[in-house]
Amino acid sequence: MTQFLQATVAGLSLASIYALLALGFVIIFKSTQVLSFAHPALMIFGAYFVSYFAVTVGINFWLALLIGVVLTALLGAAIERFTLRRLVGKPLFSLAILTIGLDISIRVVVNNLIGVNLRGVGDPWGFASIRWGGVVIEQRVVAMFITAVIAAVGFLAFFKFTRVGLAMRATASDQEVAMAQGISVHRIFALAWILGGALAAVAGMFAASGAAGLSQNNWIVALKALPAIVVGGLDSVHGAIVGALIIGLAEGYSATYQAHYLPWLGTNFSQVVPYLVMLIVLLIKPYGLFGTEEVERV
Amino acid sequence: MRGRPNLYTSYRSDGAILPTSTQRVIFVAAIVAALLLPFAGLSRTWLILLATTFVAAIGAIGLNLVTGYAGQISLGHAFFLGVGAYVGAALSGNPGTSVIGLGLDMLIWLPAAGLVAALAGALVAPIALRLRGLYLALVTLGLVFLGEHILRNWDSLTGGTGIGRKPAVLSLLGWHFDQAGVIAGISLSREQQIYLLTFILLVVMAFAAKNLVRSRVGRAFSAIRDRDIAASVIGVDLTRYKVVAFAVSSFYAGIAGSLYFTVTGFVEPASFNLLLSILFIAMVVIGGASSIAGSIMGAAFVTLLPQILDTASDWLPFLGGGGILSPALLDRILFGGLIVVFLIFEPLGLYGIWIRVRNYWKAWPFSY
Repeated sequence: MTQFLQATVAGLSLASIYALLALGFVIIFKSTQVLSFAHPALMIFGAYFVSYFAVTVGINFWLALLIGVVLTALLGAAIERFTLRRLVGKPLFSLAILTIGLDISIRVVVNNLIGVNLRGVGDPWGFASIRWGGVVIEQRVVAMFITAVIAAVGFLAFFKFTRVGLAMRATASDQEVAMAQGISVHRIFALAWILGGALAAVAGMFAASGAAGLSQNNWIVALKALPAIVVGGLDSVHGAIVGALIIGLAEGYSATYQAHYLPWLGTNFSQVVPYLVMLIVLLIKPYGLFGTEEVERV
Repeated sequence: MRGRPNLYTSYRSDGAILPTSTQRVIFVAAIVAALLLPFAGLSRTWLILLATTFVAAIGAIGLNLVTGYAGQISLGHAFFLGVGAYVGAALSGNPGTSVIGLGLDMLIWLPAAGLVAALAGALVAPIALRLRGLYLALVTLGLVFLGEHILRNWDSLTGGTGIGRKPAVLSLLGWHFDQAGVIAGISLSREQQIYLLTFILLVVMAFAAKNLVRSRVGRAFSAIRDRDIAASVIGVDLTRYKVVAFAVSSFYAGIAGSLYFTVTGFVEPASFNLLLSILFIAMVVIGGASSIAGSIMGAAFVTLLPQILDTASDWLPFLGGGGILSPALLDRILFGGLIVVFLIFEPLGLYGIWIRVRNYWKAWPFSY
């Protein structure tokens, strides 16, 4: 039982990071129709600057986090303004490939900045943990879970109750009609990328917090958040959260149990579980669990 | 029609690969030049690099068939390259080593590598029937990670991560392309032979692809890409042609995969990762989607860029030792940046630029 709860905690910690990233993916996809493959770059970009200001420069962690988040949000806005806006209306595939190109270029630069050594991000939780029954819960896990819940609830409320949220939903449903209602679609695009960038920076910081550390390989985490949004449906905010939970828990449980019960699946199998879950879900439900099914008119 | 190259009087001449006699002359001259190139005193490095380019071009043509022509987005090309690489290696490898090897001839392993990969492609195709657009792209992305995981753990086939194995052996009917030898009185080095072998394969495969896309099948591909519902309304069997597109594309990938690493003499499971897929997507995007010639140009550009930058670093002060950028770093930045630049400014890729240059000179000096 203790092992099961421990696996659940591990799964929830992954789910929290995936949820933060997945929210960013969905916000961007819903309002701009771009599937951002640039998120791995945004994520380690944010984490690097938090690490730089908090550890190398040595200022207060929360201030460093704020700077990291703002810089990443600005990078997101720059990506939208200078590249993607020129391709509005082009096939979705071109837009997605464009973000792959951006991801590679940005990541080369950030990797060079990170260097070969593992870096800390100077987070206040460090290695501290709380013990509850026999279960050890790292404090950073508690922090990331609370953050993810706040972000999820916050964004659901934001879309439902605020004018800007309404404008974003309107843009998502039809850009031209939204424009006709006096919504500045350009501003909504920029806002989506700012929010996506900020969330990626927070997720990047959490993924690199405590014992995990920031290395050049951290970007792979952001790619595993892609299955989460696919499972939930590319354009569904609550789907992203459910998807992140499913993917995170599946990865957590398989990391704990697979080596013992299904050793023939190979070492590090848990790393590919997200993609396997995605494949199975898509074969049953081609638009994910909560995605909008495309209606074809002839 | 002499002097009026754009006047077609039959469907046959309209669809011809080389419609004008000028093009035929240029084409034959280019082939002869390429065949003579290895004897022009090129260094080994460049010969091997050009051979790699030819193999990469075969793979890029494959990806262009499924993504450029049939419009089915595949980020999973690395998976099919991997299938081809290991089928080739397992069938041709020395029996009795720690990894699987059957010691078969190239006459068997080369088609087998293509066919097994094609089978894998045909098995993936049904997913493309249920999924559209970005969902398909993400599933093929998952395929790369699952394939890489299987290869990493299948030690008896791949030799394991970081250890690797020897790739397919280039021996055809007892003749070893990877050893210096004498053909028809001309002594050829290992590199010259590999260059000629891969070049001839590329010419054959490129012609086959060109003929495929100007046939009924190719027109069906384009119809599916442009609007799949409209295509099925006019009687294109979506299931059949999507399976064909994936199978043919994977066949090309399998052939390319089995040869891609023979040049370096070492193949390792971690090579077949997402970056390899992106490399081939970059070739298609930079070269030009739905163009066979473009695929070859793109493959050449992407494969030769690192070496060109490396050579250029001797003259460019900001590159290399003491500069702010290393050539390898600049290569990766340019690689990503060029994908972006081409998508924004020239969606038709290098092929599109070539068309524009050609059209400019057609009317020169009376261009308007």
